[in-house]
Amino acid sequence: MTAADERKHAVSTTQPLTGRTTDRPAGENLLEVRGLHKHFPLRQGIIFQRRVGAVRAVDGIDFSVGPGESLGLVGESGCGKSTTGRLITRLLEPTGGSVVFDGEDITHQPAARMARARRNLQMIFQDPYSSLNPRHTVGTIIETPMRLGGVNPPQGHKKRAQELLETVGLNPEHYNRYPDEFSGGQRQRIGVARALALRPKLIVADEPVSALDVSIQAQVVNLLQDLQREFGIAFVFIAHDLAVVRHFSERVAVMYLGKIVEVADRESLYTRPRHPYTHALLSAVPEADPDAMRRRERIRLAGDVPSPIDPPSGCRFRTRCWKARDRCAAEEPPLLRADGSAAGHLTACHFPEEPSVRARAEDIVLDPALAGPEGKS
Amino acid sequence: MSVSTSPRPAGLAPAPAPFLDVRDLRVHFPTEDGLVSAVDGVSFTLEKGRTLGIVGESGSGKSVTSLALLGLHKGTRAQVSGEIWLEGRELVALPETEMRALRGRTVSMIFQDPLSALHPFFTVGSQIAEAYRVHHKVSKKEARDRAVEMLRRVGIPQPERRVRDYPHQFSGGMRQRAMIAMSLVCDPALLIADEPTTALDVTVQAQILDLIRDLREEFGSAVVIITHDLGVVSDVADDILVMYGGRRIEYGTSREVLTQPQHPYTWGLLQSMPHLTGDVGERLNPIPGTPPSPINRPDGCSFHPRCACKGWVPQGRCTVERPELRPVAGAAGHFTACHLTDAARQEIRGGTGLTEERGTGTTRAAR
Ligand SMILES: Nc1ncnc2c1ncn2[C@@H]1O[C@H](COP(=O)(O)OP(=O)(O)OP(=O)(O)O)[C@@H](O)[C@H]1O
Ligand SMILES: Nc1ncnc2c1ncn2[C@@H]1O[C@H](COP(=O)(O)OP(=O)(O)O)[C@@H](O)[C@H]1O
Ligand code: SF4
Ligand code: SF4
Ligand SMILES: [Mg+2]
Ligand SMILES: [Mg+2]
Repeated sequence: MTAADERKHAVSTTQPLTGRTTDRPAGENLLEVRGLHKHFPLRQGIIFQRRVGAVRAVDGIDFSVGPGESLGLVGESGCGKSTTGRLITRLLEPTGGSVVFDGEDITHQPAARMARARRNLQMIFQDPYSSLNPRHTVGTIIETPMRLGGVNPPQGHKKRAQELLETVGLNPEHYNRYPDEFSGGQRQRIGVARALALRPKLIVADEPVSALDVSIQAQVVNLLQDLQREFGIAFVFIAHDLAVVRHFSERVAVMYLGKIVEVADRESLYTRPRHPYTHALLSAVPEADPDAMRRRERIRLAGDVPSPIDPPSGCRFRTRCWKARDRCAAEEPPLLRADGSAAGHLTACHFPEEPSVRARAEDIVLDPALAGPEGKS
Repeated sequence: MSVSTSPRPAGLAPAPAPFLDVRDLRVHFPTEDGLVSAVDGVSFTLEKGRTLGIVGESGSGKSVTSLALLGLHKGTRAQVSGEIWLEGRELVALPETEMRALRGRTVSMIFQDPLSALHPFFTVGSQIAEAYRVHHKVSKKEARDRAVEMLRRVGIPQPERRVRDYPHQFSGGMRQRAMIAMSLVCDPALLIADEPTTALDVTVQAQILDLIRDLREEFGSAVVIITHDLGVVSDVADDILVMYGGRRIEYGTSREVLTQPQHPYTWGLLQSMPHLTGDVGERLNPIPGTPPSPINRPDGCSFHPRCACKGWVPQGRCTVERPELRPVAGAAGHFTACHLTDAARQEIRGGTGLTEERGTGTTRAAR
């Protein structure tokens, strides 16, 4: 099957686009993602590989990011966060949908014509150990994007690299050192300096602090926040830590099995979640304050996330949702503004939670025995 | 037992001999670069039916401590000293053959990475059954029934069917639960869980923490949970031991340590984390610098290069004299290792809760 076939296959299985992710006029966005899909083909056979299905890692998502804005992307492992990040930065080829960055449609832009977008669209990776080439000096690592992008700063590459080291709180004298001479937090700073080298408009940060110790995490979060404010850089900030995301991102999108199930400004999302999954996710975060823990409701989801190869029909969360009814299996809920939600707060659920602030008081603890084999029912 | 080696947090009845009593545990590794003092004089006690949370950043000696409790440094180059008393038996000097009889039965462990504990070539069920048969004379059928029962208890749906699955057929959360089932199959009196949820999603983490809590209540086991996440300890632990550079720096009941923290490092940990309900306009307050090297620990208080409060201690004492773990005035069972006087600590914290002091703590302290 060719790539074009795959694309057709993907698009034919999608629902019509119903949701709008912001109330902002489309033209004012720095990044516009529409109906984005990534299906990884599953093949079987050793010599003649047959396509036997697909991992629907990202399965039709829409969102936008304004200039200088930070959008948080949260969800459980495997829900498609990193794939989304790699699609936006075009490290992966989308199977369907479109990515418009800074007014330019880069969805299928050939590599040769990506130069302009690349300069303005950078990525920071989770693992500060494997994302830096151990055989290159820090200087080379930071200068590489400038050289590849054909950018020649007036002060010269070296001077610029040293300035960047200072910007991220490292010593310019580290220019000739190798990555393994640095701690995890320092390596992450090198990764940030490399991303900044071309003065991007948008940085996709994929779990930039997850591998770091708590005290170092705060140093890097503060650094990114300073850069966002000082240089007006927009962020797609991917993390599984809901408190870190809330701290860093004005707007937050929650993903589940390749879909965005809820998106809202942080205040609205964290205090008045409308999607049962968001609600459950928030109630599962342990907090270091014993009194807050006692006051909080507990929702315990049973079972695991179903397989993205064969997701449940209708609403994908229905196999773990305590509110699921027949309609949930039959009809996929579109991402819409629910009655009582604030502007720009969109939820994909047929029976959204009450709009009052954290309404429920009693525990919802689901019996794991009720959850059937994952994925289907 | 003197208070300074083995303080007991409040809320415990003064028992003559605690269930687990760790005294001045030291684990050193001779390496080419020098002697790594991974654990340097750690003491604590734990009663049955209670949970101790050991917290600290990576490299603080948490895992090395837990391996010592299981006797897993025996036969390695590690130099272990001190005493570990478990139900009246001393484990540091216990020969490996006797330790092996305890391991898996009386003392059991949940590791961070379930794949390292589950063998890929054998079914999940056969591995759990085997763990049971090592310590019990039962038929294969009985051991298998026990495996099914354990899988059910840890919340694996359709355990009769899943018992035949191989580890790779389980999701990450299910593998973690299968490993927990394996470590609990002999109803251990002491369960050690080293970062049991670090690799898991919050929803699965919540399930596993519930499970650990239930098992403790059901069997009255003692649990040591090791983590860098203060939220996790707050959720399950009765007592908290905060480690820094291989030593104890604060010890007490969870409530005391989390609501009335006394050590500048504990303050730093609490302040550097964003909270679900915190003020998003406020910057995080990181601890500057990085943890010390285990080979060259700073003299005096090993936290002093990163401590914003050392100016409150006269005559540069922090850089030369190591603070002992001492009781906190007016808080029974709460101990801290810091030279700050109670008055100075009160003043730094503004006499109010930790939240009040946020943002002002370091500026006022760094005079
Ligand atoms: N190259 C690939 N081939 C096949 N499947 C893939 C590939 N990359 C990702 N996937 C699958 O796509 C889904 C989404 O993966 P992705 O890495 O985006 O998840 P994530 O949300 O970033 O998870 P995590 O929180 O664990 O990083 C997963 O089921 C994953 O196994
Ligand atoms: N076998 C070993 N040989 C030498 N050093 C070790 C060994 N095991 C652990 N260490 C060192 O001991 C210190 C404490 O390690 P550990 O207990 O694993 O920390 P953590 O608190 O992250 O669990 C670290 O500096 C680590 O590098
Ligand atoms: S659509 Fe139905 S199953 Fe899905 S989240 Fe809403 S109530 Fe639950
Ligand atoms: S002893 Fe001194 S350096 Fe150590 S924590 Fe206390 S004030 Fe800070
Ligand atoms: Mg990822
Ligand atoms: Mg460890």
